[in-house]
Amino acid sequence: MEQLLNDFSPGLFIMQSILMLAVIFLMVKFAWKPIVSSLEEREEGIKKALESAEEAKAEMENISSANEQLLKEAREEREKLMKEARETKAKMIADAEEAAQEESAKIIAKAKVSIELEKKEALEQIKKEAAKLSVALAEKILQEELSSASKSAEHVDKLLKEVTLKS
Amino acid sequence: MPIFAEILTKGPLLKGAQMKSRNQFLKSLFFSLALAFSSASLWANDPVTSKEPSHEDSADQSVSTEEQISEYIAHHIKDAHDFHLFSYNDASGHRKHIGFPLPVIVYTSQGFRFFMSSEFHHDDSGHQVVERDGVSLVKYHEKIYELNAGEHAVSFDEAHHPTNAHEVLDLSITKSVFGFLLVSLLMLIAFRSLANQYKKRAVPTGFGRVLEPLVLYVRDEIARPNIGEKHYKRFTGFLLTVFFFIWTSNLLGLTPLGFNITGQLAVTFSLALFTYLITQFSGNKEYWKHIFWMPGVPAPMKVILAPIELLGTLTKPFSLMIRLFANISAGHIVVMSLISIAIIMKSSMGAVGATALSFALSFFLTLIELLVAFLQAYIFTMLSALFIGMAVQEHDHH
Repeated sequence: MEQLLNDFSPGLFIMQSILMLAVIFLMVKFAWKPIVSSLEEREEGIKKALESAEEAKAEMENISSANEQLLKEAREEREKLMKEARETKAKMIADAEEAAQEESAKIIAKAKVSIELEKKEALEQIKKEAAKLSVALAEKILQEELSSASKSAEHVDKLLKEVTLKS
Repeated sequence: MPIFAEILTKGPLLKGAQMKSRNQFLKSLFFSLALAFSSASLWANDPVTSKEPSHEDSADQSVSTEEQISEYIAHHIKDAHDFHLFSYNDASGHRKHIGFPLPVIVYTSQGFRFFMSSEFHHDDSGHQVVERDGVSLVKYHEKIYELNAGEHAVSFDEAHHPTNAHEVLDLSITKSVFGFLLVSLLMLIAFRSLANQYKKRAVPTGFGRVLEPLVLYVRDEIARPNIGEKHYKRFTGFLLTVFFFIWTSNLLGLTPLGFNITGQLAVTFSLALFTYLITQFSGNKEYWKHIFWMPGVPAPMKVILAPIELLGTLTKPFSLMIRLFANISAGHIVVMSLISIAIIMKSSMGAVGATALSFALSFFLTLIELLVAFLQAYIFTMLSALFIGMAVQEHDHH
């Protein structure tokens, strides 16, 4: 211990303290301050870059999800349109069928009516023809059988009755 | 190997710094390892240095006996007034010293005196008297003494203390101060260039790429966790400076240049004083309250705890001072002792065997010292940060 104290040099202590103070001052001013501030700046920069990358990523995710949404909507819209179109088509076909049926029914009815009319006319015609025929027949009969007129007339009347009954 | 044996047999000197456990398990594990390293070493004691300075008078100043080696080592770990690399005997038997002198600045009874240390002519026994404007100065065991008025030669008592001279305030650029300046210059150049690099690019290249993680390490692993997110920025400058100063000094001490800056008690005392003053001046109300009137304990205990806590503020930086000094000094002593095996064991093992053994052991130990160099810088900075952290931390949980 005595040796230690003996070896302790106050002069060296003073020199060391003064120089150390100067060196701390110089190092802080010319080395540590600029170095530490540059390091902090760099760290800040890295932090910011990471943050903005994160943000960009989130934004990208947003955009893609919006895209997805749009796509989905479009698909739904298309589905809807398709469905509508299909319905319209079906309806149109059904309508057309109905109309056609109605038309055909109408045509058929008309045809029936006209057929009826034709038939009636034809019958009338036939009646008339028959009457003419019977008249002509009667004439002929009358001409041929004037003698037995009464028998013939009875027979003609009987025939005529039969003819009219038949219609 | 008396010194080495002494180091091995002496018990641990240091008590582990009281540390509140607030770090994770891994960290405390590393820390206790580090403390184990620190407390296992020790400084050399007297018997080495209180040797008779007789051999210095003899013409042959070679270092070959055990005593001479012990003295050589003891001399090395002390501060020196000149920069000495090595010595040898030339063909005519003269001792040649390779190195250069450093300026001596002393405050004597007649004011400041400046001269180069070469004026002492490598004399360390107090025989070479330097006359400077009416002041006679001698150098004895790397201390400079002023001879009392009228005296022309220094005389010693039995304990080898000069009787007719007194010490002067020695503000010389000693080897340690020179080393400090060198380390500061290296640090300034290296970190200034790193700082300049950031003006051009975000990520430094070359040597800066090595330095940057170290700066980040001190900031993020030492300052930030120990002081706390809120206050650490104020202290990073000090902690970074101290860390790199101690580390570079320690590494410089492992080079053959023979610096022993952080092995000087004055240097570690100064460093610890910085930590002490910063801790006390940045201490908040809570810190002082915990020292003088510990909350949460009964009143009589508060009275007893106050002086203990007050003493604790002193023992913390004291342990910082001793730990760094002891580790670095011990490291130097052990490495030099192992190197000297080559000389001492030459007679019993032969030149090749002794050199091989010495090389193997000292190589291994130098590798460990490389680790210790970093470890001690880490521990000093880390504990400083911890002490500062205790002083500024806010105790909202009480």
